[in-house]
Amino acid sequence: MNIQAAITIYKFEMARFRRTIFQSLVAPIITTSLYFVVFGAAIGSKIESINGVSYGSFIVPGLIMLYLMTESINNAAFGIYFPKFVGSIFEVLSAPVSSLEATVGYVGAAASKSTIIGLMIFLTSNLFVTHDIKYPLVMAVFIILTAITFSLFGFIIGIWAQNWEKLSIIPTLLVTPLVFLGGSFYSIDMLPEFWQKVSLLNPVFYLISGFRWSFFGTSEIPIALSIVAILSFMAICLLIIAIIFKTGYRLRT
Amino acid sequence: MKSQISIENVSKVFGRHKALDNVSLEIKKGEIFALLGPNGAGKTTLISAICGLCRQSSGTIKVNDFDTLSQYKETRNQIGLVPQELPLDGFESVYNSCQFSRGLFGLKDSRDHVEKILKTLSLFDKRDEQIFGLSGGMKRRLLIAKALAHEPKILFLDEPTAGVDVSLRRDIWRLIEDQKKMGVTIILTTHYIEEAEQLADRVGIINSGEIILVKEKTTLMSEFSKKTTFIRLTKKLKDPSFMKKNKKISLTENGMTLKLVGINNTSNELQSIVNLLSQNGIAFTEINTVDNSLEDIFLDLVETQ
Repeated sequence: MNIQAAITIYKFEMARFRRTIFQSLVAPIITTSLYFVVFGAAIGSKIESINGVSYGSFIVPGLIMLYLMTESINNAAFGIYFPKFVGSIFEVLSAPVSSLEATVGYVGAAASKSTIIGLMIFLTSNLFVTHDIKYPLVMAVFIILTAITFSLFGFIIGIWAQNWEKLSIIPTLLVTPLVFLGGSFYSIDMLPEFWQKVSLLNPVFYLISGFRWSFFGTSEIPIALSIVAILSFMAICLLIIAIIFKTGYRLRT
Repeated sequence: MKSQISIENVSKVFGRHKALDNVSLEIKKGEIFALLGPNGAGKTTLISAICGLCRQSSGTIKVNDFDTLSQYKETRNQIGLVPQELPLDGFESVYNSCQFSRGLFGLKDSRDHVEKILKTLSLFDKRDEQIFGLSGGMKRRLLIAKALAHEPKILFLDEPTAGVDVSLRRDIWRLIEDQKKMGVTIILTTHYIEEAEQLADRVGIINSGEIILVKEKTTLMSEFSKKTTFIRLTKKLKDPSFMKKNKKISLTENGMTLKLVGINNTSNELQSIVNLLSQNGIAFTEINTVDNSLEDIFLDLVETQ
């Protein structure tokens, strides 16, 4: 196995992150702070606690998930789309690099970047609310699984996209609404019964709910269901990537 | 000489277009092979198929007996590719970009090797600069440096001197000759026939996806060689009717020069034309004979196909 190639791609992508570290980290931190000021302090003070958790604390897992998912998708999609766009992907395609090694390099780097951003948001949240993490190990597992899974999803989008518009269309029109409607900022118990049932069709709801469980020990659905949901999505993404590399879809002519 | 690359009945179809049509070709170890052909002939497609950028629709390609599809790691490990365009990540530095290329081939960073290549290609002073700040010629050299970063046994150069100035072209030619001396097999596609004439050991001509000819350059030049003789006249020839029967003769330069194609200097044919001129009272000042170039041969072959 050409492990050195996977490390090389990983280091190359992380170098890109380092070159833009200021905008990569500062933008999410400022936006998160605004969320806490608006939702946590201004609006949150008018909302009763949810399942015994203050509203400011309640939105922390949702905010982390929001960034974790969108950053994972964006980083991975850009990571593979940009060399396709400028043509430098020829180097990877003509090198002795297997699909697994390329995926580990690109997806590993994207997942690492989004995990760092997720942790920065968590640290920022501590400036506004205090919370004890009930199950820190489960929290870490959720962060890593989500970062990897959504980076795999972003990797697929980056290969599929043939222009910049397509690159952003799925994150903007599909993922962001799913994250917002998946209970990032509310409990689905607050919704009318019909919309509660609709929310159960949203896969992101299971991830946010499970992640919230690791913080507070309570959630709307069993934790096992959340883990099954994320693992299932990961398996689907891996299967699609395997097919892409097998057929050379939008990579090799 | 042993074949290093063996291409057997390779075809590549894009929709209804057949980019490669049953191509068979052997590339010998240590040679410089020039692949010539007009635009869209299939040169880049053939290189792409060997290097793994596209998959042939049928046929087999082997590099040192390894199959490019089922044993792609072994085949690609031996190959360095300099593409036709300038596909580079402009935000990376010259030095890091070369180390990246090296790493993809499973090799750890080597400051010594990369710096040596950068010095050879006059890029050492630019090693810490971002690529987008380089000129077109420097980017071309960087692509060569990247292809050499993993010390390949086979080097593909797809139009390596397209759009570069004369001085850089000579530098690249020198580098190609140096690589050959080091035992690297070189496959070169080019529009500049002069380049093939200067560098190649063997020449292959491809047109409409088919290989129409593969020959040693010297054999090709001698087999297809045609001499052209120019007879400069003292005054304009007003009545050329005397030479109408001979299709090898034509008038050029506004009637001041006779052009004789494919007539040997030592043959009786030239003597009889000179006699004919004397008989018609036509004087001349100079007889000049030139060999046709590889370019003429190439054009003849492509046009007559």
